[in-house]
Amino acid sequence: MGALTLIVLLPLLGFLLNGLLGGRLGRTFVNVVGCGLPLLAFVVAALTVRDLAAAGYPAVIETVYTWAAFGDRSFEIAFLLDRLSAVMVLIVTGVGTLIHLYSTGYMKGDPGYARYFAYLNLFLFFMLLLVLGRSLLVLFVGWEGVGLASYLLIGFWFSDPEKSAAGKKAFITNRIGDAGFLLGMFLLWQALGTLDMDAINAAFAAGPVPGLSAALVGILLFVGATGKSAQIPLHVWLPDAMAGPTPVSALIHAATMVTAGVYLVARLSGVYLVAPEASAVIATIGVLTAFFAATIAVVQTDIKKVLAYSTVSQLGFMFVALGVGAYGVAVFHLYTHAFFKACLFLGAGSVIHALGGEQDIRRMSGLARRIPVTFATFAVATAAIAGLPPLAGFFSKDEILWYALASERGGSTLLFATAALTALMTAFYMFRLLWRVFMGASRMSHEVEHHVHESPPSMTGVLVVLAVLSAVGGFFSIPHFLEPVLPLPTIDPAMEHFHVPLLVLSVALGLTGLALAAWLYAGDASRAARLEARFAGLHRLLTGKYYVDEFYEAAIGRPLEWLSRRVFLGLGDRILLDGTLHGLAGLARRAAGGFARIQTGSLQAYVLLGLAGLVLLLTWSLGNG
Amino acid sequence: MAEATLLNYVLWLPVLGMAALLVLPRGADAAVRGLAFVVMLLQFVLAAWLYGQFEAGVAGLQFETRLPWIADWGVYYHVGLDGMNVLLVLLTAFLGPLVVAGAVNAIRQDVKLFHAMVFFIQFAMIGTFVAQDLFLFYVFWETMLIPMFLMIGIWGGERRIYATLKFVLYTAFGSILMLAALIYLVWSLYEERGALSFAFTDLYGLDLPMNVQAWLLGAFALSFAIKVPIVPLHTWLPDAHVEAPTAGSVILAGVLLKMGTYGFMKLGFPLFPEAAVAAAPLFMTLAVISIVYGACLALVQDDIKKIIAYSSISHLGYVMLGLACFDLLGVQGAVIQMVSHGLVSAGLFFMVGMIYERCHTRDLAAYGGLAKAMPVYSVFFMVLTLASIGLPATSGFTGEFLVLVGAVSAGWAQHVAGAGSTTLVLGVMAVLGVVLGALYMLRFARLFLFGEERLPGGHAVADLGLREKAILAAIVVAVFWLGIAPAGPLAKTESGSLQFQQLVLGDAAGGAP
Repeated sequence: MGALTLIVLLPLLGFLLNGLLGGRLGRTFVNVVGCGLPLLAFVVAALTVRDLAAAGYPAVIETVYTWAAFGDRSFEIAFLLDRLSAVMVLIVTGVGTLIHLYSTGYMKGDPGYARYFAYLNLFLFFMLLLVLGRSLLVLFVGWEGVGLASYLLIGFWFSDPEKSAAGKKAFITNRIGDAGFLLGMFLLWQALGTLDMDAINAAFAAGPVPGLSAALVGILLFVGATGKSAQIPLHVWLPDAMAGPTPVSALIHAATMVTAGVYLVARLSGVYLVAPEASAVIATIGVLTAFFAATIAVVQTDIKKVLAYSTVSQLGFMFVALGVGAYGVAVFHLYTHAFFKACLFLGAGSVIHALGGEQDIRRMSGLARRIPVTFATFAVATAAIAGLPPLAGFFSKDEILWYALASERGGSTLLFATAALTALMTAFYMFRLLWRVFMGASRMSHEVEHHVHESPPSMTGVLVVLAVLSAVGGFFSIPHFLEPVLPLPTIDPAMEHFHVPLLVLSVALGLTGLALAAWLYAGDASRAARLEARFAGLHRLLTGKYYVDEFYEAAIGRPLEWLSRRVFLGLGDRILLDGTLHGLAGLARRAAGGFARIQTGSLQAYVLLGLAGLVLLLTWSLGNG
Repeated sequence: MAEATLLNYVLWLPVLGMAALLVLPRGADAAVRGLAFVVMLLQFVLAAWLYGQFEAGVAGLQFETRLPWIADWGVYYHVGLDGMNVLLVLLTAFLGPLVVAGAVNAIRQDVKLFHAMVFFIQFAMIGTFVAQDLFLFYVFWETMLIPMFLMIGIWGGERRIYATLKFVLYTAFGSILMLAALIYLVWSLYEERGALSFAFTDLYGLDLPMNVQAWLLGAFALSFAIKVPIVPLHTWLPDAHVEAPTAGSVILAGVLLKMGTYGFMKLGFPLFPEAAVAAAPLFMTLAVISIVYGACLALVQDDIKKIIAYSSISHLGYVMLGLACFDLLGVQGAVIQMVSHGLVSAGLFFMVGMIYERCHTRDLAAYGGLAKAMPVYSVFFMVLTLASIGLPATSGFTGEFLVLVGAVSAGWAQHVAGAGSTTLVLGVMAVLGVVLGALYMLRFARLFLFGEERLPGGHAVADLGLREKAILAAIVVAVFWLGIAPAGPLAKTESGSLQFQQLVLGDAAGGAP
């Protein structure tokens, strides 16, 4: 078995072992299997990448088997390891393992402990299929699979109807995106006869593909990405997905799965390089999502919801980079975001854990002294996402802003200005969160305060590792590393001299956000309250999340229900179809008199009648044969 | 050739089983069940062996038997396996022992008669699949009606008489049309060749004028469409399912519905190729209507059996779409989708039966949070739900994916060639249909498995027993087999799909000006 196959199969083994035996063999077994196999996958991945590095990063292809063949065309199950998938596989197994470890503390005592780890391992398996798959088909299998794992984990505490509803919403919303993904994939298959992504990139690089527009394929696949990566208009599921256990939010709904759409576009950069229209769509959707999600994050009061909208917004940033052809930069932000957002979510988990399940930031304050490790790590990650130097987020966000302004593949002042404004808001809402939760005098009841406790080392240890990565991760320049496979776009020469001022601006944005939050939320946050009262209408619009959910319910949900129940079932099946049939039957009965009586007669007699007929037919036919 | 006759054993074994049942004394229920199970299992083993021996890539029939039956009429007892029926025979034989095992608790009345009927219907269904002579086909086709009718009528629910009547009237109406068309068809052959023959291969060669083809296709198609069923000929199905005992539902959904789609593939389209090509947009439109309509209705059902019944209409819409797009991947996908639906819906009907035996209601609102009360049951239910939705690695994905690739590819090729965009639009709509599929099944799963634990009557129920687990495990293994490694089965069915394509398109291309 090849190394890549092994990396993929290790977590699957974990799923099977914990799923089938975990409940019976106890916590130690679950821990060893649940954390050990992802760790092993990380080690194998690291060793494989080391060998790859020694060889100068040639693309390694490992074909496992043929899924289906049709004449000379076939669907192969194969894995591809190159610089891009190397980065992804290390993030997925690395951050994945950390979050598994954290979970041993966070989920301790949960009756579904074994089931939880089985699901989490299953997620890793599909995520690895997704990032290692050579063909779009394998990627799609992973894509659907992570969606399944996400569905199962969002609804992990399934007794709560709201949580299982959130899982369903995530699945359905993703399915809508998947319809676009499928169509894009079908067109590629029809035109090229292959779904291997290296071959697809090569085909589009070689010139226009007859009978297929790159723009159309690009947009269709991006529709899939808007589902998985929670971009407008399919972003609505991610905030609800916070119903899942917090480590799940960190792993699936922040660090890895939701970045799959970003990976997809980067992986198929060959298509998007020749599809400026599709790229423009991506940049536009990306920046709009980044902006609007940030405005919502500003007013959220649930610690996890703030982070969820922040994730939606940050993913928007990544799509901005993709839209202006800076694929490596998008992956850079994906990579730094994986560290600081995982750290933030796990930190939030630690807060929730400390407060016995409380998630409302209005009922938190002054926690810094009570849970110092959580505070310190959360602060580092906050500074990182706000883009303060020299933390990881500073480097990746600065590069996004730079290419949004200066890329010759669609950079523009408007794009840049919106992204910069969003960066300011990001710093603001993150420091607001930090302030409300950790700073100031305690506003908690004595009862709650008494129980506040720092999390166990299994959790804080992971927080520290992630905080360190959030701090120093930016020094490893992913765009530079990826340049051989994902070249950076050329810079508009007229913009060249803006590079340094932009750096300064970037830092200034972060600090302004910090200052604003500190000023507004200082003391009893009365300034913030006054502001809220002053702009009550806007505040309502934002806390109502622009009423997108309500709009979908009114525009799609209820009409579909009405169509199904009233038109199809009521009018169609009952009145038109069965009504006609009953009418005809009534006529026939009146015409044929007692026919109906025979029909309800002894059924046993029919058996004999039927059998006798059959026997007669056989005898007669043999006689004639 | 001992090997060549093996197919006959598979076909006639149930008849032997029926005879053996007669010998058993009245009231020896355990012996009846045991005997039925062993015979069915033997049939499956033989069918599996046949499947293993069936050579991929060989055009035409294998394991063929051709004996004169009614010589004066040119009627032959002619059976054989080809790429079109080989998987369906395997599916039918696979479900046989499971049906018997599944009826242990549910069927307490007239046990012997019940198993005789199961044998009877098994015989008729496999006969319909393997028949290569139109007369023989028609006999088997009609024969199927009797045991199914009795199964619902005797062991069915409260409104069983209404349901059987509806079922019989619909089907009989279709059969009469088919019979008339059949006679006309054979007569045409006689006029052209001067000899009577019912052989499929002879009939395929007939060159009928377009208007005649259209009428005959219409008659055959109505008969098949009722069986599938295609909207708007479907209202017998939910009633039949709701009233049928579990075994009846399993057989109905598992195999009987495929008679319609198989009929289109083996006879309807190849016998009247020009008419079929001309009417393809109509069939595809009806297929997409079935996909959407069935899904929408499944979305608003409160009876758990009806949800699955309506989902069948939607799933078989994909089969029709794959067949009517005439693309190789689409046709191959249609074959896999037939088998997949056979497995998944059979599994789901088994599961509905299992919960019904415990709680005695099919009202969805009466249930909730089963995942807590019956964890093993819920895992199986979830797996089958996901297969129904068409999640990758399950058979549902293989079928749907290939059908949709085929339909969209064919549509795009036509669109680019300037030959109209109907196929493309329909293909795209079918792709959107996958969203609806997820919608109704996840609604079902959410209300049924999740939420607060709620059971009818409020008393605790036992999770699945070993027998029940074994039935479902067998189905789940098959579901994953077709999902993860469909290359093997697809290789075996390819000759059939190619033949179907060649019979329909080859003739149409030849006939085009």
